[in-house]
Amino acid sequence: MNAKTADRIATGVIYVVSAFIVLILAGLLGYIIFRGIGHISWHFLTSAPQTIKAGGGIGPQLFNSLFLLVLTLIITIPLGLGAGIYMSEYAKAGRLTDTIRLIVEVLSSFPSIVIGLFGLLVIVNLFGLGFSLFSGALALTVFNLPLMVRITEQALKGVPREQKEASLALGLSRWKTITSVMLPIATPAIVTGTILAAGRVFGEAAALLFTAGMSSPRLDFTNWNPLDARSPLNPFRPAETLAVHIWKINSEGLAPDAAQIAAGASAVLIIMVLIFNFGARWFGRYLHRKFTATK
Amino acid sequence: MERPAANDKHFVQTANRARKVVKPHLVEEWVGKVYTTLCILVLVVTIGAIVYFVSSRGLTTFFSDGISLSGLLSGLKWDPEGDIPLYGALPFIFGSFSTSLLAALIAAPLGVCAAVFMTQIMPGIGKRILQPVIELLAGIPSVVFGFVGLSVVVPALRAIFPGQGIGIAAGAIVLSLMILPTITTIATDALSGLSAGLKEASYALGATRWQTIYRIVIPTTLPSLLTGVVLGMSRAFGEALAVQMVIGNSPHIPHSLFQSASTLTSVITLDMGNTVMGSAHNNALWSLALILLAMTFVFVFVVRFLERRKNR
Amino acid sequence: MKKVLLVVVALMLTIGLAACGSKNESSNNNGGTTNTGNANTGGAALSGSLLAAGSTALQPLVEQVSKKFMDDSKYSGITVQVQGGGSGTGLTQVSAGQADLGNSDIFAEEKFVDADADKAKELVDHQVAVVAMATVVNKEIAVDSLTKQQLVDIFTGKVTNWKDVGGKDQKITIVNRPSSSGTRKTFEKFALGTKSEDIQGSIQEDSSGTVKKLVAETPGAIGYLALSYLDDTVKTVKYDGVEPKEDNIVSGKYPVWAYEHVYTKGEPNEVAKVFIDYLMSDEIQNADVVELGYIPVGKMQVKRDAAGNITK
Repeated sequence: MNAKTADRIATGVIYVVSAFIVLILAGLLGYIIFRGIGHISWHFLTSAPQTIKAGGGIGPQLFNSLFLLVLTLIITIPLGLGAGIYMSEYAKAGRLTDTIRLIVEVLSSFPSIVIGLFGLLVIVNLFGLGFSLFSGALALTVFNLPLMVRITEQALKGVPREQKEASLALGLSRWKTITSVMLPIATPAIVTGTILAAGRVFGEAAALLFTAGMSSPRLDFTNWNPLDARSPLNPFRPAETLAVHIWKINSEGLAPDAAQIAAGASAVLIIMVLIFNFGARWFGRYLHRKFTATK
Repeated sequence: MERPAANDKHFVQTANRARKVVKPHLVEEWVGKVYTTLCILVLVVTIGAIVYFVSSRGLTTFFSDGISLSGLLSGLKWDPEGDIPLYGALPFIFGSFSTSLLAALIAAPLGVCAAVFMTQIMPGIGKRILQPVIELLAGIPSVVFGFVGLSVVVPALRAIFPGQGIGIAAGAIVLSLMILPTITTIATDALSGLSAGLKEASYALGATRWQTIYRIVIPTTLPSLLTGVVLGMSRAFGEALAVQMVIGNSPHIPHSLFQSASTLTSVITLDMGNTVMGSAHNNALWSLALILLAMTFVFVFVVRFLERRKNR
Repeated sequence: MKKVLLVVVALMLTIGLAACGSKNESSNNNGGTTNTGNANTGGAALSGSLLAAGSTALQPLVEQVSKKFMDDSKYSGITVQVQGGGSGTGLTQVSAGQADLGNSDIFAEEKFVDADADKAKELVDHQVAVVAMATVVNKEIAVDSLTKQQLVDIFTGKVTNWKDVGGKDQKITIVNRPSSSGTRKTFEKFALGTKSEDIQGSIQEDSSGTVKKLVAETPGAIGYLALSYLDDTVKTVKYDGVEPKEDNIVSGKYPVWAYEHVYTKGEPNEVAKVFIDYLMSDEIQNADVVELGYIPVGKMQVKRDAAGNITK
C-alpha cells in the first residue's frame, strides 16, 4: 500500500464520517419533527394542557420558556459582559487570573442536576424565593454565565489591535475605548454566541425541576401587571417550561394522547432551537454588515 | 520636542499636570474597573456558594451518619432502605466512568474526523453544512435525547445484541452524540490555529495530505484535541436526564455493556425527590453529588495540565 | 485601595441579596394567608395563597382539583400552586414550613425515621384518595395470575425464568421502582410482604410512563403500575387469583393499595382547611378522584394505619 492509496482511503474515511454525522443529525431531527409535526396546530400552541382529557396544549409552557429565557438573559448579559471584559482587558496575567479562569471552566462543566439541587437548597429555600421563574432564571444564570464570559472574552480578543490602540492614542480612557470602540466591533460575535447559548437554556430541564417548578398557575393573559399573582409577567410565580413539561408527560402523563403531546412538544422545542440557530447566524451577519459598513 | 527632565521634581510636576488633564478619565476608569470586578466577584461567590453548600450537605454522611469515605468509595452494595442500610457507591462511580469514557471513545474519532474535514479538506462545505449541523446537535435538549434513546437506540441494541438493550452501551451512544459538538468545536479551533508553514513544509517534502495530517497536524495539536475530549467527558459525566432514561439504574456493576447499570447522576435524579432532607439516605445522595463536584474539578485540572504541555 | 473596593463590593452584594430576599417576603410567595376580615356577607371571603408540593403521582389530582377550586367564585381570592418534586421533597418542605401542603404517597412516619421521628409527629395527615397497584407483564407472556410466593421469588431473584412460574422458557426482566419510591414501598409491603433488593440486571425507573414503556417493549418484563396507568400496551396479572378491580380493593380482597396523603404542619390554617375540605367533598371524591383512576377514601370498607394493620 503506497502513500497515495493511503491518502485516498483516509480521505474517503473522513468524507464518510462527516457524511455520517450529517445523516445522524438529519435522522434525529427528522425523527423528532416527523413524529410531532402532525400534532402541532394553532390550538396546540395556544391552549392550556389537560390532565386526563385529550386535546391539551402547551400554550403556557411555551410562554414560560420564552419568558424565562428573557429573564435569564436580563440577568446574564450585564454580568457576563462585565466579567468577560474583566477577563480580557483588566485581568493581569498571573495566578489570580488563572484561578478565575479555572473557576469559569468549573462552573461551565457543572452537572446540571447539582445546580438544580443547589437552587432548591439556596435559592428556593434559603432566600425564600420559592418555586418561581426568578429562581429558575438564577439557576440558569449559573449555567449561562460561564458561556457568556467565554464568548465575550473571545469576541474582544478578536478586535483588531490597531483600533484599540488608535483609540487609546487619541486620549480616550480604557473604559471608554472598551465601551465605544471595542464592544461595537465585538457585538456581532457576542450576539451570535448569546443566542446559541440561549438555545441551550431553552432545552434545560434538570436544573429547573427543582427551581422553576413543575406546574403553572392559571394565567390571565389579559392581565399585564407584573406584580399580580395571576399575571403571566409576574417573575415570582412558578412556571413549567416546555422541556420540563415534556419530562413530566413522559413520566406521569395520564392523558390518552400523552405520547402525541410529548412528540408535538419535542418537535416545537427542536423547531425553536432551529429558529434560534439560524436567527443567530443571520442576525450576526446583519450586525456585522451594519457595524463594518461592508456590503 | 521635549527636553529631558532636568530633575525628578520637574518630572513629578509634569506628571501631576498630566494627571489633572485626565481627571474625568479617572472617574470613568474607576467605574469600569469597579463594574467588571463586581461581575467577576459574583462569579467567584457563586462558585464558592455552590461548593460550600454541596460540601456541607455531602460531608454530613461521614460526620453524623457514621459512614466512612473509603466505605462509600469502595463499597459494592447500595441498599439505603434495607434493614441494615448499606452505602457502597462503587457501582455508580464505575458506571459514570465507563459511560463517559466509552462516549468519549465513540465521539473523539468522529469529532476529530469532522474537524479535519472542516479545516483540511473542504473548508467551504465544512463551514456551510457541517458546522451548523454540529451546532444544532449542541442545541438539542437532553430530555429529547433521552426520549429518542429510549425509543430508538434501546430497541435497536435489544434487537442486535443479547441482553435488555438498556445499559452502559445505550448510555454511551446517547452521550457520545451529546458531547460530539464540544469535541468537534475545540478540535476545529485547534486545527485552524495551526501555522500554515508546517503544512507547507510537509507538502514541499513530498508528503501526501494524509501523511501531513497524521504525522504533522494531529501530533502538534494533540494536547488541544485531548482538552476537547476531556471537556466532553466532563459534560458526559454530569449529564443526568438522558442517561437516567436509558441506563436501567440497577446499583450493580453490570456483567455486560447491555445490562442495567447506574451512574452517579442517575441515582441522584431517581432518589433525591423521594427522600426527606436530613435523612441518611438523602445525605448519602448529597455525598454522591459531592463526588460529582470533585470529579468536575479533577477534569478541569487535567485540562489545565494538558494546556500547560501545549504551551511548552 | 483594593481592600476598600472589596469591602464596598461585599456590602453591595449583601444589600442586593437582602433586597432580593425581603422584596419577595412582601410579595406573595410564602403562603402567608391574610384573612381579610369577615366581610358582612354570610361567608367570609377568604384570600391567600397555598403551595402544595411533593408526590408526582398525586400531582395530577391535586393540580386538577386546584384548577376547579380556583374557578369556583366562592374561593376567587385564593391561589393554589401545585408542585411536584417527589414525596420526600413534599414532606421536607411542609415540615420546614416552606410549603403549606405536602403531598406524599406514604405515611410520614415511614419517611421520617430515627432522629427525624419527631418531625412526623408535628404533621397532620389528610388521606385524600386510595391508589392501587397492579402487577403488569409484557403482552407476550402467557401467565395470567401470580401467587404472592411467586412474586416474592421473582422480585428477590430466586426465579429468573418464566417457565418456573408457568410461562414459556424466557428470561425475566424486572422493571422496578427506585428503593426510595413510595410506590415500591407499597408494593413490597402488601404484595410481597418483604423488602427486596435491587438485584443485578433489574431496571429501576421512577416514572410510571417509563415503566409502562419498558414493560411494553422489553420481552419477558414484569413491573407494577397504579391502576390509572393501565392500558392495552401491557398485560395486567391477577394477584393470588384476585383481579385488581375497584370492588376487590374496596372490600379488602386485593391488598396492594395505599393512601395518598396531604400533610399540613399542625392543624391546617383557614385557607388550607377550605381547600382540603373541598378536596374531600363528594363532588370531587366521586368525580375527579374516580376519573383519575383513584378510589375515593370514603368507599373503603377497610382501614389501615401507618404500621399497615388493617381494621374493618
